[in-house]
Amino acid sequence: MERVHRRSLLFLYHLNLNLDLMNHLYNVSGYKRSMGKKEVSDLQTMNHLEELEAESIYIMREVAAECEKPVMLYSIGKDSSVMLHLAIKAFYPEKPPFPFLHVNTTWKFKEMIAFRDRRAAELGIEMIEYINEEGVKQNINPFDHGSAYTDIMKTQALKQALTKYGFTAAFGGGRRDEEKSRAKERIFSFRNKEHAWNPKSQRPEMWKLFNTEIYKGESIRVFPLSNWTEKDIWQYIKQEEIPIVPLYFAAERPVVMRDNNIIMVDDERMRLLPGEVPVMKKVRFRTLGCYPLTGGIESEAETLDEIIEETLASVESERTSRVIDSDGGGASMEKRKREGYF
Amino acid sequence: MNGLLKFITCGSVDDGKSTLIGHMLYDAKLIFTDQEKALKLDSKVGSREGKIDYSLLLDGLMAEREQGITIDVAYRYFTTEKRSFIVADTPGHEEYTRNMAVGAAFADLAVILVDASQGVMIQTKRHARICSLMGIRHFVIAVNKMDLVNYSKERFDKIKKQIRILLAEFEYDSVEIIPVSATEGDNITKPSRSMVWYKGKILLEYLEEIKVRQKDGTGFLMPVQRVVRPNHAFRGFQGQIESGSIALGQEITVLPGKEKAKIGRILRGDQDVEKAFSGWPVTLCTDREVDISRGCVLCRGELPMTGNMFEAKILWMEDSHLVAGKNYLLKLGTKTIPAAVMAIRCRIDVNTGEEIPADEIFKNEIAECEISVGDTLVFDRFDNIQVLGSLILIDRVSHMTAACGVVENALNRSGNVIYHQMEITKEIRCQKLGQKSGVIWFTGLSGAGKSTLANELEKRLVAAGKHTMLLDGDNVRLGLNKNLGFKEQDRIENIRRISEVAKLMTEAGLIVLTASISPYASDRRKAREIIGDEFVEVYVSTSLEECEKRDVKGLYEKARRGEIPNFTGITSPYEVPVKPEIVINTEGRTLLECVDELYEKLLKFL
Repeated sequence: MERVHRRSLLFLYHLNLNLDLMNHLYNVSGYKRSMGKKEVSDLQTMNHLEELEAESIYIMREVAAECEKPVMLYSIGKDSSVMLHLAIKAFYPEKPPFPFLHVNTTWKFKEMIAFRDRRAAELGIEMIEYINEEGVKQNINPFDHGSAYTDIMKTQALKQALTKYGFTAAFGGGRRDEEKSRAKERIFSFRNKEHAWNPKSQRPEMWKLFNTEIYKGESIRVFPLSNWTEKDIWQYIKQEEIPIVPLYFAAERPVVMRDNNIIMVDDERMRLLPGEVPVMKKVRFRTLGCYPLTGGIESEAETLDEIIEETLASVESERTSRVIDSDGGGASMEKRKREGYF
Repeated sequence: MNGLLKFITCGSVDDGKSTLIGHMLYDAKLIFTDQEKALKLDSKVGSREGKIDYSLLLDGLMAEREQGITIDVAYRYFTTEKRSFIVADTPGHEEYTRNMAVGAAFADLAVILVDASQGVMIQTKRHARICSLMGIRHFVIAVNKMDLVNYSKERFDKIKKQIRILLAEFEYDSVEIIPVSATEGDNITKPSRSMVWYKGKILLEYLEEIKVRQKDGTGFLMPVQRVVRPNHAFRGFQGQIESGSIALGQEITVLPGKEKAKIGRILRGDQDVEKAFSGWPVTLCTDREVDISRGCVLCRGELPMTGNMFEAKILWMEDSHLVAGKNYLLKLGTKTIPAAVMAIRCRIDVNTGEEIPADEIFKNEIAECEISVGDTLVFDRFDNIQVLGSLILIDRVSHMTAACGVVENALNRSGNVIYHQMEITKEIRCQKLGQKSGVIWFTGLSGAGKSTLANELEKRLVAAGKHTMLLDGDNVRLGLNKNLGFKEQDRIENIRRISEVAKLMTEAGLIVLTASISPYASDRRKAREIIGDEFVEVYVSTSLEECEKRDVKGLYEKARRGEIPNFTGITSPYEVPVKPEIVINTEGRTLLECVDELYEKLLKFL
């Protein structure tokens, strides 16, 4: 390896590449370096994104090899888009050896559903949509039912779907940088028969040795993007040219202001408060979910570069724009997770 | 940019590590404003009189907040202009050793906190030891709370010396010792005005610049994660290259089978490449059909070891303890197979590093042991190649990760792969029988009730599921010892033979009961020496008068008439035991009462 490396350096020298690059290569001598040109990484160094990619792919392959019936949760958001892209890469030339599951609350942005169906068709992957029909019958909605809505249409629906299909492992796009209690969750997170998480009995996770042993009825949630940050996600989307829902880019959209949140009026089901009139604003979304519960931000960022620039300068963590997180203080997410929320 | 640095912070509950990391993130403006808002809010309701409590930034779980301590590992992500960081913040209590080990297995570097007012403590050694065990070779020692010692240079120099002594016993590639104050922020992100005498690098600056690089083996090595076969035309092997590089046309060896093949195609994601390097996830195709499945290792150049037995240093992480002989599932590389811990060599004191003989290993203890696996395994020393030298043991019932460990050495028996050469020890036999072996040595006058008691006790033990053997003095004399008389030297030989036979039986894992007069203290001492600490002396203290009154076999009468020479108690002495483990008096009591008492007293020995 050393020999190859020196030859590469010589080769670079003859090409008269800039001294800076030379120095860098010499100093790090094959060590993982951050953000570089493609031809540099081919000389056996790996940048930050390549390292994260390799880790995620390793995790996905382990699950495919060891778990009986995996599924990949697909929320249509940017993290899911990255996860899907990684899955395609991980198993090529085979299609990912598991189906994808979208838990639809029926209140998603229209553009999300259209995007989902288009991507599934393009890639030829199996996409399962699950809706809690019982909740639909009872007309459970985000306006009247508050946190009960999230529980019934999201948490309960997810549990029902996992039970219905008997999935033993479910990939989720959660990242540890999103929220405090996620910062402590392992990559492989175990759920009992009731799909509940016990933060006190997490299995120790050592090196790359994932323990996937479970009993019938138990399941594993696997977070292959655990170590990615929001910035990494955007940079990777750009580097790999991964398609994402257009809602992430700033555009003129009809919105109303509510409790300091910018809510988009996506269809006629949006209940306007007295005196509320939708106005057109140039907004984009940092996370996507149910449109009445997802706050947008005013932005001029129409390209990935602009989004990345905004993200780097941003001082608000992305979950503030998701309305559901703010009830119950800092520990709310942990509470929901113990109950089975992803 | 200097690439990604994964580091762990270790310190005890009051050393202030969460505060240190919190301060680092806060000072460097690396936290989001809403988290900052929450932090200020939380601090108001906290106990620090309105001052910002930086540790609240990291202590995430509700249970931890209630207890005021960090019980799990929290991962934090931040980027400076020079580097991206992932911090694993881990608990310091001895009872959370395993959580710390999780953080250490993840990290390339450890920041160990030492309280300046306390100096190097026993837990500092523990933290260093765990980090070292899990493979960390770069250390930063942050001497914290310098504000509490008036930023004294003398104090710092003294602690520095202590640290140098401490680290002498560990292998490391780099060490830096920095005086800081986490609550005040000195030397964390900004040079301290209170410690102008310190000329070294401040913490963040040092972390931005340190080069950590794992030792990389020279040969190509890839454990196979899965075989991909989308159609009849394509058969590929997926995995991550752990060491070296591979190019089209190069020949590889498939371990453990040692078949050879050439590389026909290399895919990185969906791209064909001519050459692939360490760290890459790839799909490899061979030029011909070879038997390759998950768990095989593809190699080129120096080959790792193959075998089914090795020596490992393990950290026990489960509530139930480890005893030799128990079966587990072992995961190493991409292979999961049945395994057994065949022998525990010793326990290593996590604080002092001392090797202590041990039969059992409890949660959060480190042990050296011998592990055998049910099939040929490809492995190597942890120091050579981490991925083939690290392992976990999975409990087959609870499915918990019971232990993690590192391979120290192959055992000689390994390699030639002959299962029956494996050493079956007494511990393993005992484990098989589910009991602790031992010798219950009854001594007392003829007619004292030794055989009767031994008989009843044996029934009681068997009923309790124990495996036993009764060596009655009379029975032994009918066979093995039939050439022996009752002269003093014959009596000595009689006892010696019984002792040796009993010893052999304990090797078989049995609980042996012997009933013989064994009148001489020196003989019983010899028996105790032969048998060792499993010897339980039971003195049946029935008096001579009582025995003579009972005279079940009419022997006393004969002896009194002078018909039996050398009869114990009459014409030959009985030396009363000075310190027997158990004394049992049968006079005026029923057999049942005596056996109950005996059984009760025995429990602590078995």
